[in-house]
Amino acid sequence: MSDRRAQWQWLVALSPLIAVAAALAAGAVFIAAIGEKPLEIYALLFREAFGTGYGLGQTLFRATPLLFTGLAVALAFRAGLFNVGVEGQLYVGGFAAALAGAYLPLPGPLLGVAAVLAAGLAGAAWGAIPGALKARFGAHEVINTIMLNFIAFSLVSWAGRAVFLPATVHTRDVGLGAQLPRLDTFVPALRGAPVNVSLLLGLVLALVVALLLFRTRLGYELRAVGQNASAAEYGGVSIGHAQMLAMALSGALAGLGGSNFVLGYKHYFELGFSGGAGFIGIAVALLGRNHPSGVIVASLFFGALAYGGLVVNQRVPRELVEVLMALVILFAICTRPLLERAARRWA
Amino acid sequence: MDVLLFAAAAVRISVPYALAAMGASLSERGGVVCIALEGLMLNGALAYTLGAHATQNPWIGVLCALLAGLATAWLHAEATVRFRADQITTGLGINLLAAGLTRFVLVRVFHSSSNSPRVPGLPEWRIPGVADLPGVGELLSSPLVLITLALVVLVHGLLFRTVFGLRLRSIGERPEAAATLGISVARYRFAGVLLCGLMAGLAGAYLSSEQHSFTDGMTGGRGYIALAAMIVGKWNPVGAAAACLLFGAAEALQIKLQGSAFPSELLQALPYVITMLALAGFIGRAVAPRAVGTPYDPES
Repeated sequence: MSDRRAQWQWLVALSPLIAVAAALAAGAVFIAAIGEKPLEIYALLFREAFGTGYGLGQTLFRATPLLFTGLAVALAFRAGLFNVGVEGQLYVGGFAAALAGAYLPLPGPLLGVAAVLAAGLAGAAWGAIPGALKARFGAHEVINTIMLNFIAFSLVSWAGRAVFLPATVHTRDVGLGAQLPRLDTFVPALRGAPVNVSLLLGLVLALVVALLLFRTRLGYELRAVGQNASAAEYGGVSIGHAQMLAMALSGALAGLGGSNFVLGYKHYFELGFSGGAGFIGIAVALLGRNHPSGVIVASLFFGALAYGGLVVNQRVPRELVEVLMALVILFAICTRPLLERAARRWA
Repeated sequence: MDVLLFAAAAVRISVPYALAAMGASLSERGGVVCIALEGLMLNGALAYTLGAHATQNPWIGVLCALLAGLATAWLHAEATVRFRADQITTGLGINLLAAGLTRFVLVRVFHSSSNSPRVPGLPEWRIPGVADLPGVGELLSSPLVLITLALVVLVHGLLFRTVFGLRLRSIGERPEAAATLGISVARYRFAGVLLCGLMAGLAGAYLSSEQHSFTDGMTGGRGYIALAAMIVGKWNPVGAAAACLLFGAAEALQIKLQGSAFPSELLQALPYVITMLALAGFIGRAVAPRAVGTPYDPES
């Protein structure tokens, strides 16, 4: 890349901000169309989401799974793979955490560690399947990960027959040792909000992913495969190995996200608990430009939208938030190539 | 007799899959990935309900569904062809948009977060002699079933027996070569995506017409099954329709076995497993059009 072209790269970095602004502007049209004042609604939404300790805690709680799934998508993206299966990996991770936490005969904190590990391992296994199929048969990971989402839903429903409590669609509670403490036990200001230790785990993992990607040999190899696979292979990197590893790690990150709901909130697995967090994770990674620090900010933004939507529901249907999230994706994905071309032209 | 009834049920289930899958084959043969089927169908289903509710005329509903599919597909084409945005992400974004938008409209128009009031479905087309056939008579009196059967032939002909089809396929394989012959890559890709939108919109109309209402998220992943069927059918309209019939049979069987000790959930996963096997090359290798997923950039 020439120096002159690098000079204009900041323009491309603006695309997330433009996308958010454009989505909010388009959302304002919806709000106005149903006879409400857009600025008032947005002010209310963000004030409730960030303005009080309880609201902030709610926002952070909703941002937590998005942090995990956003990191998962971003890591795979860096290796040139589009992991659309984060939803399914999160799902099996949550299920595995619930089973390990409820049935393993381990004392105290060991049970917690085992439950978290189970979530990561289940997610990794589910992510490794499309990775292996890609490496071995060249089968496109996008289709396979979509298929595996549905297979995960079916498989867990079937397995649930054996472990769900009678007349419910959830497992029994995990043991006390596996229940992650809420943050309001340490920070009184967050009182009542369900944000829990899972958030801290996510933040630590963001740091780990950043170090892995940009400070280790393995990370360099993953990024090399993502940028130019044949060049990386010429440089001695095994493409198949890198792809499998990237998908397994991505799946592990997604699976660990199950800890927020299962170990930190309800303390059991419930059918459909993932509620689309995997798909929003794609938006989070896109907006965060596949960088862990960007993912943190983007997950916070989407978490605020998710909670704020509930708050304004009295005046504007909370479904507006889903529309906003979708618009952010569409605007971000359209402005980036546009800005890239502009940067190329002006360089 | 029982076999005929089962076959009729399988066909009935596979009709929306087949419509969407054949539409997707047109989009993808032209080089545009169609993950957006789910959203196209959902918007079509809601539009049918709105149209049929407002006018009490189901055919106006069908018209609305076609327009909704067209409009949504136009959005997809604008983003992927004109702006050269990533096709998969755009498709996922459109699916999310449709999910949110239909819910938003459901709440605003019908004041319910779960379902619309009852709307009229399409009337039967009773063909003398056919309508009284045992088992399948009722099936072959459904206008959209008949239209779908006709479309299987028409879409296949369009793709493999016309100049339009030849050009569309060449653009899905080597757009740069087609462009040197003076064929507008953008125009053909738009056409492929828009036709896909029409067919997926019709698929949505079928769903709400059969059910006489719109319910939140009523497509329930059918768009992804249709996409899978298109892959198993090797990007061929007839192959896709055949795969849809297979998937429809699996679903009919699953519905029959629901509540029994048989693990019907596993049967539910069958179409997805078959698709993965096809992609990996275990049941005849499914190879995508060469240029599918790559935006065409004349400058590069």
